[in-house]
Amino acid sequence: MAIRERLSGNEATAIAMKQINPDVVAAFPITPSTEVPQYFASFVADGSVDTEFVAVESEHSAMSACIGAQAAGGRAMTATSANGLALMWELLYIAASSRLPIVMATINRALSGPINIHNDHSDAMGARDSGWIQLYSETNQEAYDNMLMAHRIAEHPDVMLPLMVCQDGFITSHAIENIDLLEDDKVKAFVGEYNPEHYLLNKENPIAVGPLDLQPYYFEHKKQQAEAMKNAKKVILDVSEEFYKLTGRKYGLFEEYKTDDADAVIVLINSTAGTAKYVADQYRAQGKKVGVIKIRVYRPFPVDEIAQALSKFKAVAVLDKADSFNAAGGPLFTDITSALYAKGIFGPKVINYIYGLGGRDVRTNDIEVVYNKLLEIAETGKLDSVYNYLGVRE
Amino acid sequence: MAYNVKEVAQKPDRLTGGHRMCAGCGAPVVVRNVLKALKPEDHAVIGSATGCLEVSTFIYPYTAWTDSFIHNAFENAAATISGAEAAYVAMKRKGKINGETKFIAFGGDGGTYDIGLQSLSGAMERGHDMVYVCYDNGAYMNTGIQRSSATPKYADTTTSPAGKKIPGKLQPRKDLTEVMANHHLPYVAQTALIGNMKDLYEKSEKAIYTPGPAFLNVLAPCPRGWRYNTPDLMEVSKMAVETCFWPLYEVIDGKYIINYKPKNKLPVKEFLKMQGRFKHLFKAGNEHMLEEIQQEVDRRWEALLRLAGEA
Repeated sequence: MAIRERLSGNEATAIAMKQINPDVVAAFPITPSTEVPQYFASFVADGSVDTEFVAVESEHSAMSACIGAQAAGGRAMTATSANGLALMWELLYIAASSRLPIVMATINRALSGPINIHNDHSDAMGARDSGWIQLYSETNQEAYDNMLMAHRIAEHPDVMLPLMVCQDGFITSHAIENIDLLEDDKVKAFVGEYNPEHYLLNKENPIAVGPLDLQPYYFEHKKQQAEAMKNAKKVILDVSEEFYKLTGRKYGLFEEYKTDDADAVIVLINSTAGTAKYVADQYRAQGKKVGVIKIRVYRPFPVDEIAQALSKFKAVAVLDKADSFNAAGGPLFTDITSALYAKGIFGPKVINYIYGLGGRDVRTNDIEVVYNKLLEIAETGKLDSVYNYLGVRE
Repeated sequence: MAYNVKEVAQKPDRLTGGHRMCAGCGAPVVVRNVLKALKPEDHAVIGSATGCLEVSTFIYPYTAWTDSFIHNAFENAAATISGAEAAYVAMKRKGKINGETKFIAFGGDGGTYDIGLQSLSGAMERGHDMVYVCYDNGAYMNTGIQRSSATPKYADTTTSPAGKKIPGKLQPRKDLTEVMANHHLPYVAQTALIGNMKDLYEKSEKAIYTPGPAFLNVLAPCPRGWRYNTPDLMEVSKMAVETCFWPLYEVIDGKYIINYKPKNKLPVKEFLKMQGRFKHLFKAGNEHMLEEIQQEVDRRWEALLRLAGEA
């Protein structure tokens, strides 16, 4: 039987890490992810994990130590937010190219500047092309579940890539919700042992990691890395199916909510999906054909599946909680429109809203503004403004 | 065990030949002699900062390292090796590995005194059982001889060129060995390529086999950057020591021991005149700069004598 609890997203993440019992956790405090290493340090202090906790002097060293630990043959984990993730930047790419399945909790926060501690996705969105798998979480439960699946995905021999589980800073990281936890033994059995084929601590077969890789081989290695990211999609689906059999909780590449006969659909990431679903319910009660698509897997990007799913709608709004400053829409929007174009799908009218930057509250009436606009587009077929901002004072 | 040069010389090299370091470079000599101090039965996980050493010894698909080796980035060799050491502790506790593994990080002065100083300081303070070896050649040699905080005053480098108005680097050299001694580590030492390598070998052995963090600063002359004749590697190294530009000493649990005091301390110009990077100091009218360097060397030597209770 599952254990019913009430936990914040950070505590749920830390408990997942405790149940996973990694070899090394190296982390540095930064709001709003600080609680994760705090909780974890208390598990170490109480002897309830076997982990070496490395209280590093920066996020740069956190990721550097994780790379050393994972290459050594251990499981390494960390947690960070915003500028902490930015300070790791250089190493994110090295972790991915070295094919080290490090797992990180990314508690999304607005990236400076100006400095702001509240939620948006500008931190993780900047890391979208770093070679990390990115899973996003609407709720505390999803943050916990994604963390339990993380190692199975990252460490799969066809993948061997680092993975970040993202959730919204404060909104889920600090809010306490009901949650179902798995028993420790079930987590242990599900996650399994990490037995890498090659590792530094294997004295029988020493290896060298991190070469100078010049014109003759670099390109092939990057292609292999790209293939691994492609392979990750099937592995994510397989692991999610196994997790469903264990828990009854179903996860795919994205979640479709009331989209079956929908004309107007909002596509978005993380906790605002909850608000959108609430508004969708109200609109449905009024007979309006609206739905929600919530992206869970952003890297690898489910290009075929998302294009197929969107093909049946008349109007789609992609909501980005990060700006790209490219004068052409946010990152999720450009990925989605690119997917539609590449698949030759020109039916749905697609617009973009940048929303919620720096933790600007997103209320039900903000979502209503989007649905009203979409329903108008669906009815008239006319599209006047593609790139929009939601809830900002002009 | 007393140092026996024949026995040590017969130990197999753990950094093999065929790497691409320059002739007359001190760095691979430092590495080979540090690694000789490992017990043959012990495995090592060795890290290197980005730099000449890394890009010349591990060019895919070749490696000159017979132990396990990891290069991560420029500024994080210490943090990287600290993570590997942490994994070792955890995996040993879980019974997943057995036998002894030692952890050694190498970095040049750029990767150690400058961009990697934070990572080094953090790893040492956290008390990992590891050795950090700085091979100090006094500039960013890999990128083409740019000044670092280890570059001596008035040295001519590509970012502190000796020009018509400015006579090379204007700032004195950072004393990193003292910075590390003030981390209160179990073992800190400064050494060089001298004689039959007894000093380097013995300090390496102490650094590797003293439990906890240890730091070695080894002067590693660079023929390109210093502009000396490549066969003169050992001679230029010797002059650094005989002039007390680079004293040999160690700090064991806070106690300073000077390992070599020249009977006849030579003027620093004997060291400087062998090197093209100081050529401009020997022009007429620049005597005051030589005098200033001499005063700085004397001041630092006397301070060291006081720390060791010998003045």
